[in-house]
Amino acid sequence: MSASQTTVGRTREQMAERVAQDIPDGSYVNLGIGIPELVAKFVPEGRELIYHTENGLLGMGPAPTEDDGEPELINAGKRRVTLNPGASFFHHADSFAMIRGGHIDVCVLGAFQVAQNGDLANWSTGEEDAIPAVGGAMDLVAGVKTIYVITQHCTKHGEPKLVESCSYPLTGVGVVSRVYTDLAVIDVTPKGFQLVELSPGVSFEYVQERTAAPLLPA
Amino acid sequence: MMNKVWSSAAEAVKDVSDGSTVMIGGFGDAGSPIELVHALIDQGAKDLTVVNNNTGSGEVGLAALIKAGRVAKMICSFPRTAHSEVFTELYRAGQIELELVPQGTLAERIRAGGAGIPAFYTATSVGTPLEEGKERRTFGGRDYVMEYGLPCDVSLIKAKAADRYGNLIYNKTARNFAPIMAMAAKTAIVQVAEVVPVGSIDPEHVVTPGIFVQRVVHIKAPQHESELVKQGVSYV
Repeated sequence: MSASQTTVGRTREQMAERVAQDIPDGSYVNLGIGIPELVAKFVPEGRELIYHTENGLLGMGPAPTEDDGEPELINAGKRRVTLNPGASFFHHADSFAMIRGGHIDVCVLGAFQVAQNGDLANWSTGEEDAIPAVGGAMDLVAGVKTIYVITQHCTKHGEPKLVESCSYPLTGVGVVSRVYTDLAVIDVTPKGFQLVELSPGVSFEYVQERTAAPLLPA
Repeated sequence: MMNKVWSSAAEAVKDVSDGSTVMIGGFGDAGSPIELVHALIDQGAKDLTVVNNNTGSGEVGLAALIKAGRVAKMICSFPRTAHSEVFTELYRAGQIELELVPQGTLAERIRAGGAGIPAFYTATSVGTPLEEGKERRTFGGRDYVMEYGLPCDVSLIKAKAADRYGNLIYNKTARNFAPIMAMAAKTAIVQVAEVVPVGSIDPEHVVTPGIFVQRVVHIKAPQHESELVKQGVSYV
């Protein structure tokens, strides 16, 4: 993490902690690879969530701590995980039936760009020589009931990630419900980006300056 | 008597012909049928269309098959994999074709291929670059794209145990694509760590019914891709 990301607003861990507050007790949840994975560490006491991973497991637990884990017990990021009591295994078509069929309640994903109408771009920056790779992102946004995005407000080069319309290739059209950044929590509404709350010590003007679309005050 | 158990991996893949569509099970380290893929490399079939979620790791298994120049086309959702530049180099050089398919669409195309369903509609990829060239239809006010079922000639998969009828049980997340790839194949070839007597798998616990399996090979102690990659093994 660079120093510039820690001087103002929430850290990655604090962003993940903030997302965790909004996931209701009893939800089936899919966490994307990267910052979204941190969300599982911050589930409030007393809430029971069941984690789904695309490669065929419900009831995924955290990474193994007591041993090296097992090579055939992994998550969609291909990292070793553990099982929670009540877990189940299933094949890939059933796993994506859970996703596409609207059975998963919440999915938390990263983003390159989110547009004010909820369009999401998170799989390709469209560079000529890049090898295109999509994984399960398009299925998740098309099928999961609620899509939360967790991301830095701006890129490493200071470019806003919340935009009027995405310049990168889309993952899905009008799919994002809410965005959690280091600077703010922002809803996607029919009127555009609606501020929900500012991170501690951050002003509305500071967030608007770094958002490439109009931001409605809370 | 029905006995689907073959004597060796080499025997089981002997008749795979050039130009075949071959599905290879596994997702990362879980369920990768390394010994069957290595037998296919030894066998020599080329101009293959290969279906897998990724493009292999290091220079073993699928990555070694690609590096050996046997794969004309990959159908997958995520051709970028850690510890492997094999696909990237051939793709940049224009020596391998890529059909990029969202992971859930890939799984459902395989399932449909095995279930006798020629095509279906999904909301996945609507309004994205991966919709290009596909028919769009509206059902109940929502847009969907048409995707084709994907059958294949041969599937190479891995399971934990089989009986001689081909009934299969799997090990944890090694199940992934294997049950649907078995369904989709004219010839599904399975490597298993254990061959058990008929009747010893509880019918309530059979995951893949033997009707979807044609050949079983006993590989007692299967290797793991990650271990081979760590050891720097190259099977080319």
